[in-house]
Amino acid sequence: MELLLLLATPAVGAVLLGIWGARRWAPELNVVMSLATFLAACALTARVIGEGNLLVAHEQFFIDPFNVFLVTLTAFVGLTTSLFSRPYMRVEMNHGRVSAPRLRLYHSMYQLFMSTMLLALTTNNMGLLWVAMEAATLSTVLLVTLYRTAASLEAGWKYFILCGVGIAQALFGTILLYFAAERFLGAEGVSALLWTHLNGIKGHLEPVVLGLAFVFLLVGYGTKVGLAPLHNWLPDAHAEGPTPISAVLSGLLLNVAIYAVVRCKVLVEGSLHSQLPAKMLMGFGLLSVVLAAFLLWRQRDVKRLFAYSSIEHMGIITFAFGMGGAVANFAALLHMTVHSLTKSAIFFAVGHATQKAGSQLIDNIRGLMTLSPTIGWGLMMGSLAILGMPPFGVFASEFLILTTAMREQPWATPILLAALGVAFAAIFGRVQPMVFGETRAGRLPHPPALLPVFTHLALVLILGLYVPPYLADWYRAAARLIGGG
Amino acid sequence: MTGLPFDLQLLNLCAALLLLVSFAMLTQRRIVNLVNLLAFQGTLLLVATLLLAWRTGQRHLYLSAVLTLALKVTFLPWMLHRLIRRLEVYWDTEPLLNISGTMLVGLLVVVFAFGLAQPISALASTATRSSIGIAIAVVLLSFITMITRRKAMSQVVGFLSMENGLFFGAMSATYGMPMIVEFGVALDVLVAVIVLGIFFFQIREQFDSLDLHHLESLKEGATVAQADSIVEDS
Repeated sequence: MELLLLLATPAVGAVLLGIWGARRWAPELNVVMSLATFLAACALTARVIGEGNLLVAHEQFFIDPFNVFLVTLTAFVGLTTSLFSRPYMRVEMNHGRVSAPRLRLYHSMYQLFMSTMLLALTTNNMGLLWVAMEAATLSTVLLVTLYRTAASLEAGWKYFILCGVGIAQALFGTILLYFAAERFLGAEGVSALLWTHLNGIKGHLEPVVLGLAFVFLLVGYGTKVGLAPLHNWLPDAHAEGPTPISAVLSGLLLNVAIYAVVRCKVLVEGSLHSQLPAKMLMGFGLLSVVLAAFLLWRQRDVKRLFAYSSIEHMGIITFAFGMGGAVANFAALLHMTVHSLTKSAIFFAVGHATQKAGSQLIDNIRGLMTLSPTIGWGLMMGSLAILGMPPFGVFASEFLILTTAMREQPWATPILLAALGVAFAAIFGRVQPMVFGETRAGRLPHPPALLPVFTHLALVLILGLYVPPYLADWYRAAARLIGGG
Repeated sequence: MTGLPFDLQLLNLCAALLLLVSFAMLTQRRIVNLVNLLAFQGTLLLVATLLLAWRTGQRHLYLSAVLTLALKVTFLPWMLHRLIRRLEVYWDTEPLLNISGTMLVGLLVVVFAFGLAQPISALASTATRSSIGIAIAVVLLSFITMITRRKAMSQVVGFLSMENGLFFGAMSATYGMPMIVEFGVALDVLVAVIVLGIFFFQIREQFDSLDLHHLESLKEGATVAQADSIVEDS
């Protein structure tokens, strides 16, 4: 019931906003629908905590500690982003950058995007997972091109083609998975693609086929995660779309893609009895961290800067999942949470800052502290948090990952540390003048909606200081589920 | 091949023709012909699905044949032809690699595909296991088509042909995916093409051309000029 509400609310929202998305109160409707989705997610979480794993609708949907925490996180960031987008899109409209039909498209697709992500997270069917991931891409392509500038069209095309080809590889991987499982579970019915069933028989699945399947699945979903040689679409799509979309792409979609990769890894590892999947994850992860850290130095556009930072963090998370084991998985899950909260908070602050400065170029954004101290502090605190400064939560998770790496994979530790250092210097060196530099511009004409920024940062701070016991249990249960190591 | 029953021979013929069509796509420069080839590929898939459905008696294959007929044989080619007429793109420019070079790469890819399919075919119990290699080859050849073309429209045809190859692969290895997944995939493809249609008009409006070399400015460091132009807009 809660699940139905959770999936239906954003879908209904998409239809309603498709009709009324350009009305004056459309942004409020968007917030209300997101709030309803969040409440449904909370109800679902309460039920899973009370009753344990859920398996409903002919086993098509499966909720366990791993995905229910992502569902809540997704719904929460979806809610705060809709709060942020309310004043942001108003200003864009007043500036004439979006017309009424485009605003309608934006609101409707926003809800549809939420709906597809929640479907991807809750489904038990690997085929439906693929369908939902592809639908999530399609619903955001037109959002990336919302401004119809040359650059945004290019970004949208790149996003569509690269993710389309990537996801086609994942489809092939899914077919191979089905092929391997069908011999045990039978083609009758659809049980051969249900994750729970696959997980039950993973020890019997043909290792050669599953190994091949994993390569395709990793390349496919890895493209969506933005793992290093396949990351090209990510900075463009983040930089050219409207900022609320950058926030949800970076904070949520990447998490969902990682979720898909990890689900596949659990299956394949159980079949292969070898380190191959773990090594591949670690390799791709490390490559992404290093590449992103160095590319950060070349960025002149503030949204691209933080997009590259997302690639870096996705690399860290993938690396941690690759190491496996209780502690690394725990840290990776914590990192997913804090990264998504921090990064969306940063994008909110950046959104206001770019609207204020009228430019996304770092050189044109100066002296946020004098323009609007709240934006300045928001951006500064957010950047410090994402760079892993204590006492924020990112520090805790990165610390856990690094100490585990020292014990399990000592060779990787210096590489990770060096990359983190390089990234720190790159981001801090650019954010500092943006916040404290001199400026001649006047004060902001509209009050910024910074409640979401500080809510997120406060949560990250709390997670850094103290992970509540029930949350820690929750992470531990999920970490056990993922296993490995 | 003498021992094979007639319907299996027909199926193998379909598979061989599919591979041939993929090679034809690789070299075809007229976009209208490219779309016709795509429609032909869809028809071959339809015939193969029907043959397989008749042979194995699996009811869901008939359903998926209906889907193929509606989407791949009728709707997509019609939609693409309409787009071509309205956008007036008839010819692709010279591909990035010349035709004989592309063919050579294509041949190597086919050999690689059969190597890749070896372990899968060895395990498969379907009557069509020998065509798994062909399915993978179609996917990879479509991939090359996408890489070597400049026009957005040709890339899309490559993309759809890749999807056809995957569909054929699923059919040869396991007699198709579960119905719910096939419906989902079909829906995604349909939406993708509609989104692309909208997208093409946006590109046209902006650049007055569908040539993708306009879309190459977003490289590292080259964004400055554009970012500035965005500022002026706002």
